Amino acid sequence: MCNCSCTGEPALSEKDRRLVELLNKYRTVPGVLIPVLQEAQEIYGYLPAEVLQKVARELQIPLAKVYGVVTFYSQFHLKPRGRNIIRVCLGTACHVRGGDKIFAALQKELAVDDGETTTDLRFTLESVACIGACGLAPVIMINHDTHGRLTPEKLTGILAKYE
Amino acid sequence: MQNLMEACCRQCTHSPQTPCSDYISCRLEGPLCHDSALCKESRKDWIRAIQQPAEGKKRLLICAGTGCIASGSRPLKEHLETELTARGLRQDVDIILTGCHGFCEQGPILIVEPGKTFYCRVQTEDVDEIVEQHLLREERVDRLLYREPGSGEAVFAYPEIRFYALQKRIVLQNCGHINPEDIGEYVASQGYQGLRMALSMEQGAVIEELKRSGLRGRGGAGFLTGMKWEFTANAPGEKKYIVCNADEGDPGAFMDRSVLEGDPHAVIEGMLIAAHAIGADEGYIYVRAEYPLAIERLQIAISQAKKYGLLGTNILGTGFNFNLHIKAGAGAFVCGEETALLTSIEGNRGMPRVRPPFPAVKGLWDKPTNINNVETYANVPHILRRGADWYAQMGTGTSKGSKVFALTGKVNNTGLVEVPMGLSLREIIFDIGGGIRDHKPFKAVQIGGPSGGCLPESMLDLPVDYDSLTAAGAMVGSGGLVVMDEETCMVDIARFFLSFTQKESCGKCTPCREGTKRMLEILTRMTQGDGRRGDVEALEELAQVVKDSSLCGLGQTAPNPVLTTLRYFRHEYEAHIQEKRCPAGACSALLTYQIEADRCIGCTLCARVCPVNCISGKPKEVHLIDSTRCIKCGACKDKCKFNAVSRR
Ligand SMILES: Cc1cc2nc3c(=O)[nH]c(=O)nc-3n(C[C@H](O)[C@H](O)[C@H](O)COP(=O)(O)O)c2cc1C
Ligand code: SF4
Ligand code: SF4
Ligand code: SF4
Ligand code: FES
Ligand code: FES
Repeated sequence: MCNCSCTGEPALSEKDRRLVELLNKYRTVPGVLIPVLQEAQEIYGYLPAEVLQKVARELQIPLAKVYGVVTFYSQFHLKPRGRNIIRVCLGTACHVRGGDKIFAALQKELAVDDGETTTDLRFTLESVACIGACGLAPVIMINHDTHGRLTPEKLTGILAKYE
Repeated sequence: MQNLMEACCRQCTHSPQTPCSDYISCRLEGPLCHDSALCKESRKDWIRAIQQPAEGKKRLLICAGTGCIASGSRPLKEHLETELTARGLRQDVDIILTGCHGFCEQGPILIVEPGKTFYCRVQTEDVDEIVEQHLLREERVDRLLYREPGSGEAVFAYPEIRFYALQKRIVLQNCGHINPEDIGEYVASQGYQGLRMALSMEQGAVIEELKRSGLRGRGGAGFLTGMKWEFTANAPGEKKYIVCNADEGDPGAFMDRSVLEGDPHAVIEGMLIAAHAIGADEGYIYVRAEYPLAIERLQIAISQAKKYGLLGTNILGTGFNFNLHIKAGAGAFVCGEETALLTSIEGNRGMPRVRPPFPAVKGLWDKPTNINNVETYANVPHILRRGADWYAQMGTGTSKGSKVFALTGKVNNTGLVEVPMGLSLREIIFDIGGGIRDHKPFKAVQIGGPSGGCLPESMLDLPVDYDSLTAAGAMVGSGGLVVMDEETCMVDIARFFLSFTQKESCGKCTPCREGTKRMLEILTRMTQGDGRRGDVEALEELAQVVKDSSLCGLGQTAPNPVLTTLRYFRHEYEAHIQEKRCPAGACSALLTYQIEADRCIGCTLCARVCPVNCISGKPKEVHLIDSTRCIKCGACKDKCKFNAVSRR
């Protein structure tokens, strides 16, 4: 006898299961599309097309609208992203104190452009306008850690901490 | 009593289900419903514990705002705890995490009580010395004290630092001084007294008080808050909403973040008072997604307020209901605009719509909605508690109270500065901010973010209030103050702001969508040395059209940085166009790097760092840069120890 646990239905991955849970939790709450997409992105790391389709179907919102919302806000991503997200601040305070030099150095070091991911999926590089740590300008944020008072020389050491 | 907020004994009946109308007063002055020396004493003990360390005890306040966490306050706290435990001192010292002091550049900040000793840039390596010298021997660690820029004098106690001494902290009063994750500390600092007073007043009287105070919105437009509340209160409809705009998008401003992280209950209390005055029972705080710590602190504050019956149904037994939700933004500057924010809460693309109808009449889900900024709400409890007259005595004729500014850029003390309205720019930048870094001359200050303007030296004595700044072409806006010295190019700054607004334009209306693009093209060309005759005039015309015909505030104010730099720094534009020269030496395309023959000793360092190998020369001989191949990276200039590389 075959001892797999297949029930004849396509198996749901752990992530898909969490998405179903999420949709069940929110189905009836008004104005819930953005939080649902935010949490779905937490689960998958980005928003694959199938997830958008599923969200649209389950919340009974046209797919075109879901896609419209996803492409309006800079936080939503349609492509897979790196394990570590680097956000370089190019806000005013950081600009005046050389944020662009930091950005250029990172572009060079990682050989990617704004919004791109390294081929080994280790880093995604993004620019943002102000992360509220202007007193420490220039500033970058890697995942949830903020690094301030930067110089291009300090970057290699900081990047090494993220695998 | 488990803490100040819990019941003192079985006689206290307060709970969210059975609320006591005297609950808040009773925390500080109680017990009010029964007589008990023991219960009175235990309240006093809790309040004392919050306000000052007990006899023989020390209190260490470690800043745990975003800035100081970035500089290492978390490992600092862990290290202190292990060190104190190892020495058996843990029970003699209270370690408390606070919110932002607004002096993030000096972080991590550590304050030792009693004595208010202010240590800055404290690292884990310094812990030993602090414990050994300060905690055990009662001697200050001079090395870690703050030094005044200029005189270099060490300052012993917090209130004596000029940066703080010249401020008037009302909204920021608790930030850095209480634990934002403990509602008891807020209540011990007179928190929720404003709500208590508001609930004892007629709704109309609360609005009247706000109107008399003269408080104007701190989010940008500066509309009278009391008036806005009145519109919403008078709008027909049963269901009404209260919304807090915490989308803080101005790059360079972080006061809303600090208030949310350092004193979240003040915002909640302000919203509660507004809800009571307007007759709303539900509210939203829309926080920008880049502020995860602010969201976390708000969540804690909301759940504590619920636990003690300050949010929910029948609040303090008055029949007043209010529920509060947090919405995290998803990254769009335009969502700071009120109609865009509301439609974003509804789950749509955050595009502004035509006003009227204003949100006060037709807002969230078409219901009357009052929307105010974080700082606006945080002012409200103080006004209720201390009275409109007290508030209105600060400030100028039409701008009352205090305003928080985020002082950043090339200034010695960067940080949050709360001052009475009407102080001059000079006082803020030179007295509080300690002047320009590295003794360079002041050139300009950008005030009000992407909607504001750049003001020159000649405007430094301008009083900072809504009307004077608007007259000068800038605006208070969110309160960002970015100081610039001679190395900042005004054309480049105008280009920088425009590239920001252009990227963030939602695209709904043509003047903003296309106009900002064309303006950006012209400015970019200028900074690259391709400026043409007629460009300035074209910019001026475009700016006027975009300003006059855009749908929302983003487009209407986007030209301000261009118009003010044109007004005050026109010669820099001309230098870029006619002489192809950047007077500030900032536009790299207009620069040339040269080696000064009389200074170069031929050490070869520059030739080795040049990424394109365009420097030639034999060791010990003068080197030469091939300017046709030079990519103007500046590496040679940074490297040369003899200051032989010049940039022009
Ligand atoms: C493009 C744009 C961005 C804005 N961003 C913010 C913001 O980040 N925070 C804020 O409180 N108000 C912002 N505003 C102003 C709001 O539209 C609104 O006037 C304000 O929230 C009202 O609150 P107040 O009366 O307390 O100032 C922005 C306006 C525009 C046009
Ligand atoms: S002015 Fe700009 S941001 Fe505002 S509605 Fe028009 S296009 Fe959108
Ligand atoms: S680094 Fe300076 S001194 Fe040395 S060769 Fe280059 S220009 Fe000359
Ligand atoms: S500025 Fe850069 S490219 Fe030009 S000479 Fe110096 S090091 Fe070489
Ligand atoms: S401008 Fe960079 S953190 Fe604010
Ligand atoms: S985060 Fe510590 S002073 Fe601002």
